[in-house]
Amino acid sequence: MAYALQQLVNGLTLGMIYGLIAVGYTMVYGIIGMINFAHGDVFMIGAFIGIIVITALSGITAVPLGLLAALIISAALCGLYGFSIERVAYRPLRGSFRLAPLISAIGMSILLENYVQTSQGALERAIPNLIPGGITLMRQDGFAVQLTWMQIAIMAVTLVVLAVFTYIVTKTPLGRAMRAVEQDAKMAALLGIDTNRTISTTFIIGSALAAMAGVMFLLYYGVIDFYIGFNAGIKAFTAAVLGGIGSLPGAVLGGLLIGLIEAFWSGYATVAYKDAAVYSILAIVLMFMPSGLLGRHEVEKV
Amino acid sequence: MSNVLSIQNISTFYGPIQALRDVSLEVNEGEIVTLIGANGAGKSTLMMTIFGQPRAKSGAILYRGENITALPTFQIARRGIAQSPEGRRVFPRMSVEENLLMGAQVVKYADYDSQLKMVLELFPRLEERFAQRAGTLSGGEQQMLAIGRALMSKPKLLLLDEPSLGLAPLVIKQIFGAIRSLNRETGLTVLLVEQNANQALRLAHRGYVLVNGALTMAGTGAELLAKPEIRAAYLEGGH
Repeated sequence: MAYALQQLVNGLTLGMIYGLIAVGYTMVYGIIGMINFAHGDVFMIGAFIGIIVITALSGITAVPLGLLAALIISAALCGLYGFSIERVAYRPLRGSFRLAPLISAIGMSILLENYVQTSQGALERAIPNLIPGGITLMRQDGFAVQLTWMQIAIMAVTLVVLAVFTYIVTKTPLGRAMRAVEQDAKMAALLGIDTNRTISTTFIIGSALAAMAGVMFLLYYGVIDFYIGFNAGIKAFTAAVLGGIGSLPGAVLGGLLIGLIEAFWSGYATVAYKDAAVYSILAIVLMFMPSGLLGRHEVEKV
Repeated sequence: MSNVLSIQNISTFYGPIQALRDVSLEVNEGEIVTLIGANGAGKSTLMMTIFGQPRAKSGAILYRGENITALPTFQIARRGIAQSPEGRRVFPRMSVEENLLMGAQVVKYADYDSQLKMVLELFPRLEERFAQRAGTLSGGEQQMLAIGRALMSKPKLLLLDEPSLGLAPLVIKQIFGAIRSLNRETGLTVLLVEQNANQALRLAHRGYVLVNGALTMAGTGAELLAKPEIRAAYLEGGH
């Protein structure tokens, strides 16, 4: 019981990070119908910007302030990365055959990984645990269930970010424009919406979310390298598909489920096969629900 | 009477297929102009070509003297032209309210409350369905929503593509009545595409007839209604 609770806590923390990345995948898929394979690498760059900012500010400012600065600076710079990636690699290919932007995305992913590898080095980079300690939720048979301050911070930040994001998407003119372009880009243009600008904004927001996920990943694990974007990206993409690609709540739900599956599988079976467990469950879900857990299957009247 | 829309010798293609051949027409301030023609004559293509979707391959489209032929679609909308397009194209996964908000976004929600009131008075059904997803509305309700959405921006030129499609005769009468009163009271300029030639010609000040992508006849509504060719082709026998 206590052990299960511990896995639940660990899984939820990890799942929130996956969820934040998955939102970016699903947004981009919704609006231009492509899988942005460079998205995981934006997450990785976000983590690197985080480590640079935290290192630069350590000793100068208080830790919470330094972390907040890392989140904000990383989100802002990665927003710029997302904007540029779309302009350089995807927009020129719009209207081209469907595979073209996908190939371009893979190229962009390799480019970003190599760029970070050469500029930051191929070795792992580490930071100490900046938010040590925690609270003990319960003790049972000599096993103490720990909820660390770090986990609490990650969950709190994710919830705030997702709340703001949800508000933007559901209540603001910008969010409506994004959904309008997603549902019928030509009609949105007929109503005066600058679709290119809306697509750019989508990339900026998605990348900023990935960047914050990157910073939190860095804080949680303490170790990063130029290749973390690949694995996290694939996991988050899986989360988006599991939840129903195109569905924002689905992306978060998918992220949480994958975090939980990983945690419980690692806790009760074997760490070595945790990825296999994740993909097996994805395959099973897709067999019975091809459009994912919260994917669309509503019939539209003609 | 000043010129609002001047279409000058445009030709439009879908790939190798020519959809419009050297079409020229004028819409003046405060006019209701109708474009009638059979299915596939190119009426909707003309409406979309005004918005650059697709772009005219030759010729020019002037809006109040400004050449808008090459402007991006959203810039054309920002000039004050609104369209209720063929196939309605409501945003299916948005509520009725959100669809109407989308219509007003181009004018940054100027006079939102009064426009909303006007639209909901015109189509009380939309008020009943206000929070419902547009994709779950009936075809007729979606048609009302598409027209209402176009009206939300208080357009200076309204393009209506078959507003009567899928609607009950009573609602058609109501919509045509609303177009007439908007035109009389606010001076709204309207370009109306219809298969329902009889009612359209009665409503319109002037009309054009489009056959196989080319204009074949023009005149006042009454003139066209009186022509035997029109009677034979569009008014009698099925329509």
